[in-house]
Amino acid sequence: MRIELQNIHKHYGMIKANNGVNLTIEPGTIHGILGENGAGKSTLMKILAGFCNQTSGTILLDKKAVTYLNPAQASTYGIGMLYQDPFDFPLLTVLDNFMTGLAHGLKNKKKRFKKLFLEYSKNLKFHLNLDTQVKNLTIGERQQLEIIRLLALGIQVLILDEPTTGISSIQKEVLFTALIKLASEGRSIILVSHKLEDVEALCHSVTVLRQGKVSGKMNAPFNTEKLLKMMFETLPASPSRLKNIPGKKIIHLDGISVKGGRTGLKDCTIKIRQKEIVGLAGLEGSGQGVFLRAAAGLTNPYRGRIHVQDSELSGMDYRIYRDRGISFLPGSRLEEGLITGLSITEHYALKKKHGEFFVKWRNVEKNSARGIDLFRIKGSIESQVEELSGGNQQRLLLSLLPPDPLLLLLENPTRGLDMESMLWVWEHLQRYCESDTGIVFSSSELDEILMFADRVLVFFNGRIIKNLKTDQTDIHTLGRAIAGKN
Amino acid sequence: MTDYYRTIKEIIFALVIVFTFTTLVLLAAGAPPFEAYYHIFKGALGSWIRFSHVIKTWIPLTLCACGLLYTFRINLWNIGIEGQMMMGAVFTTACLRFGLESPVQPLFLWFSFAAGITGGAIWAFGAGFLKTKGGVNEIFAGLGLNFVAQGIILWLIFGPWKRPGVASMSGTEIFPHTMWLPHLTSIRLSPVGLGLVTLALVITALMLRYTRIGLYLKAIGNNPNAARIFGIKRAKYMLIAMLFAGGFAGLAGSLQVTGVYHRLLPAISSNYGYLALLVVMLANYNIWLAPFIAFFFACLNVGSIQLPMVLQLDSSLSGVIQGSLVLAALAVHAWRTFRKDNSHRGIE
Amino acid sequence: MSEFDLTILFASIVAGAAPIVLAALGETITEKAGVINLSLDGTILLSAMASFVIAYETGSLITGFLTGAVIGGIVASLVAFFSVYLRQSQVAVGFVLTLMTRDLAYFLGNSYSRIQGPQVEPLHVPLMNKIPFIGPILFGQNIVVYFSVAMIGICWWYLYRTPMGLNLRSIGENPKASFSRGINSRKMQMVYSVCGGMFVGLAGAAFSLSTKPGWGRPQGAEGTGWIALALVIFGGWNPIKAAIGAYLFSFLQVMGIYFQGWFPSIPAQVFQVAPFPLMIFTLVIMHLTQKESVLSWAEEKNWIKSVLKMFSSTAPQSLGKPYKPD
Repeated sequence: MRIELQNIHKHYGMIKANNGVNLTIEPGTIHGILGENGAGKSTLMKILAGFCNQTSGTILLDKKAVTYLNPAQASTYGIGMLYQDPFDFPLLTVLDNFMTGLAHGLKNKKKRFKKLFLEYSKNLKFHLNLDTQVKNLTIGERQQLEIIRLLALGIQVLILDEPTTGISSIQKEVLFTALIKLASEGRSIILVSHKLEDVEALCHSVTVLRQGKVSGKMNAPFNTEKLLKMMFETLPASPSRLKNIPGKKIIHLDGISVKGGRTGLKDCTIKIRQKEIVGLAGLEGSGQGVFLRAAAGLTNPYRGRIHVQDSELSGMDYRIYRDRGISFLPGSRLEEGLITGLSITEHYALKKKHGEFFVKWRNVEKNSARGIDLFRIKGSIESQVEELSGGNQQRLLLSLLPPDPLLLLLENPTRGLDMESMLWVWEHLQRYCESDTGIVFSSSELDEILMFADRVLVFFNGRIIKNLKTDQTDIHTLGRAIAGKN
Repeated sequence: MTDYYRTIKEIIFALVIVFTFTTLVLLAAGAPPFEAYYHIFKGALGSWIRFSHVIKTWIPLTLCACGLLYTFRINLWNIGIEGQMMMGAVFTTACLRFGLESPVQPLFLWFSFAAGITGGAIWAFGAGFLKTKGGVNEIFAGLGLNFVAQGIILWLIFGPWKRPGVASMSGTEIFPHTMWLPHLTSIRLSPVGLGLVTLALVITALMLRYTRIGLYLKAIGNNPNAARIFGIKRAKYMLIAMLFAGGFAGLAGSLQVTGVYHRLLPAISSNYGYLALLVVMLANYNIWLAPFIAFFFACLNVGSIQLPMVLQLDSSLSGVIQGSLVLAALAVHAWRTFRKDNSHRGIE
Repeated sequence: MSEFDLTILFASIVAGAAPIVLAALGETITEKAGVINLSLDGTILLSAMASFVIAYETGSLITGFLTGAVIGGIVASLVAFFSVYLRQSQVAVGFVLTLMTRDLAYFLGNSYSRIQGPQVEPLHVPLMNKIPFIGPILFGQNIVVYFSVAMIGICWWYLYRTPMGLNLRSIGENPKASFSRGINSRKMQMVYSVCGGMFVGLAGAAFSLSTKPGWGRPQGAEGTGWIALALVIFGGWNPIKAAIGAYLFSFLQVMGIYFQGWFPSIPAQVFQVAPFPLMIFTLVIMHLTQKESVLSWAEEKNWIKSVLKMFSSTAPQSLGKPYKPD
């Protein structure tokens, strides 16, 4: 099926996520949509998949203009989308997930759908156990399930949104083989990504988006330099890595094992020193989050010991860790970091040391006004945090950190930020390290880790499998390590 | 200015809905609606005696509402408030009975307040403990404890504390006048009760606005995960909120015994705990609206007692009016947010 | 009453449980679709009153039962509409409706208090009721009881064996995902809330026309709605386990009557109230057995582990959180 998008606009308030996009995708090809975070890729694909409606513009399928109001209607036209985090039902089995929305009526159809499922998975060389609950699957396996389901719906156009984020390289190979096979059968595949290597490996042609507009198109073979130029107006100059010499030991995790997350954390021994920046790499949920929370004292290990400076703190309350100067910044800003319904000032009041009975609102207001100024937060002392943009929420969170922490534990500190905000965050963080603070951060972007960290810990399946100096490794070694290969 | 005008329009709209619905209900019961409204009005505010009854209902209702503001703030549904009030009454009665033999009876009257607050707080702590340590939903924990409290009252009235001669649903023996809450005969009200309610309102307002406890309750209520990372202990503040709620409810129960019935009854709580939940919801969790709404609800409750006598109707009409008011308020609230969302989209 | 006959005991348990089973099944269906209908206690009373009044006026039991179902459906539709479309708290709306429908029932039913009305007659299944012991318990009841027992199986089959039941469960798990698969989650939540509500309404009718015939203030069904709500949790959102809980509660109630005879020194009222906290605290204890410390303690003890596993349950993931379209 030939897809044409004509002059698509999508406006969210003042923000123009898509600002007049034109795009044509030929049948039987794999088409890449490139662009940095916030370029409008996801919005455009959500419109095509029927998950939201365009403000204006036309969608043509085989030269016929169509409108549809929801994903189910889009799928009757043969368009299906695989989301980064697939929409599925964690507590239902694989078979039940497959059948939901496909099967109708009162008759028990489990046998028929089981057969159908096995046919598809054999064809694409996917291996899934039909009777496990989906919550036990990896993201890669959930993607496979979703692809089979979309095919069973009779999809002719398959949209994939950042499918290689968070999956292993083996799963990536399986996925790419399957996609090539699907395209050779005449289906159109749209691959949305901000990773050049994926697009270059797979796509026949590429469209690059920047700030809601098409900034360029190219057919294979690709010229990497040109693509980069299309993606970024000017290649951003990044602050260079600090060359601090690590100081005294701050924290020593001695053989700790912790429950939590998908994998937990097993037998982890590590020391962090002053002035050191340590990056945590690994697939999403391989134990980085558990590591940070254990080091912050938020979850207690069931085995092993934690020493902070010269005293043992294992099993102690989170607030003792806090008092010692260990600060944790959670990854999900509105879920764990900030409190919706509370103003910036009220957040400043929460930050104050505990113990006093009354809140001295006048002092707090002064502090909060100063913080807003210093961190260039776009908002007033009365603004509620949910009214702030993501970048400003992150600035607020950073402004709430104590001025001279011993150790900063940051979970994905720059996720979802545009390039400018990201660089601002790092400039700010690097200033901490000049005064004896140690920083540990997790990130799904290896580039970021290589750019800013002195040392990298690679997590795989709840274990630290590599502990390397960043100047003694490269992106390929790390990429293989993340996938569990040595 | 338009906001002010709009709010009035919304209130009128809600009142019209409730009025229409209630009228239909009255017609369905075969009763003359306007006569019924008239009797409710006259029954509540027709004479000074009636008005003093309204105030006597208003006092426990407002006290419970104060207590519920703490639990709602931290996002707990303290349905157990009914049982907390009952246990306040039980502890008060126990304290007074103990004092019967004593030469300083009036002193025990004052002790009994403390006893009532303790009783309510213990019961609330029970529900809070089950919630924080056992992970039991507070609605069911509270409900279970309500049933237990009811059982304890029945057992006491028909067992150890039964009236000499026959035990009956009319409760325990009436206490001597020395153990009644002193009240001014001229206005038929006790200044103590009124004083306590005022105190409760002022304390609650201060606590919620100007103290760390108030701030923490709000923080945990809005986002428990983030509050934890800010170093606030959720379980501790849940228990604190429950203790406040139980304390105020216990005091309400205490006043029911010392100031209104002068004995323990099976229906000592008169459903005021449940009603206070409605009061707070209708007040949109605003402490300064709550006493006025409590007053209105008290009028409805007292006024509708006339219905069985004059029109042979059941007095539960007040509950129907109160419930439909809250529903209408929720609908108006939903409509307002809906419109706000839409107008935002309009600007875009 | 103090004579102890097992057949009579079991027969009265099965008979007494019928309305509670219906209410618990209804609420299970509603909650499986992701909606909590907290108004059960009042709904049961209102539909009990309405069924009795209509059956009394028309002389038709069937009309009475239909009225009950319709009333239950209407109240449930209010809860669902307020939460799914108006996005108000389900707990708040349900709680207000609990109080309001109860008062409405007392108010409107006032003139029908304590009068003799129609009631469902026993319907013995020929031959089957001659089976010793089992016969009188299972086949010497009335049609309401048979219906309640049949519905346990039908509900289970619908939820776990049909594609429609799968779609229903999927909405309770993740309404957004269901929506993306072409299931109109909001509409279906309305539909299943109303369905569940109709069961609850039938439970009310079963009270006033069969289990506790007649109307009055109090009717005798007070509190059972809350029990039904607790049973849904007790049963881990599984209709069969919820029904077992209903029989357990009925057992406690029947035993209360026996205990009154055996312990005349304790006031009878205590035994009437006792089953309610007992039931709810059973739930509490079960909840505590699912704590991690208990589970790891039971790790080595096989039979305890399997018992605990039976109690384990997970609520529908999106219970109480309806889908908000973008």
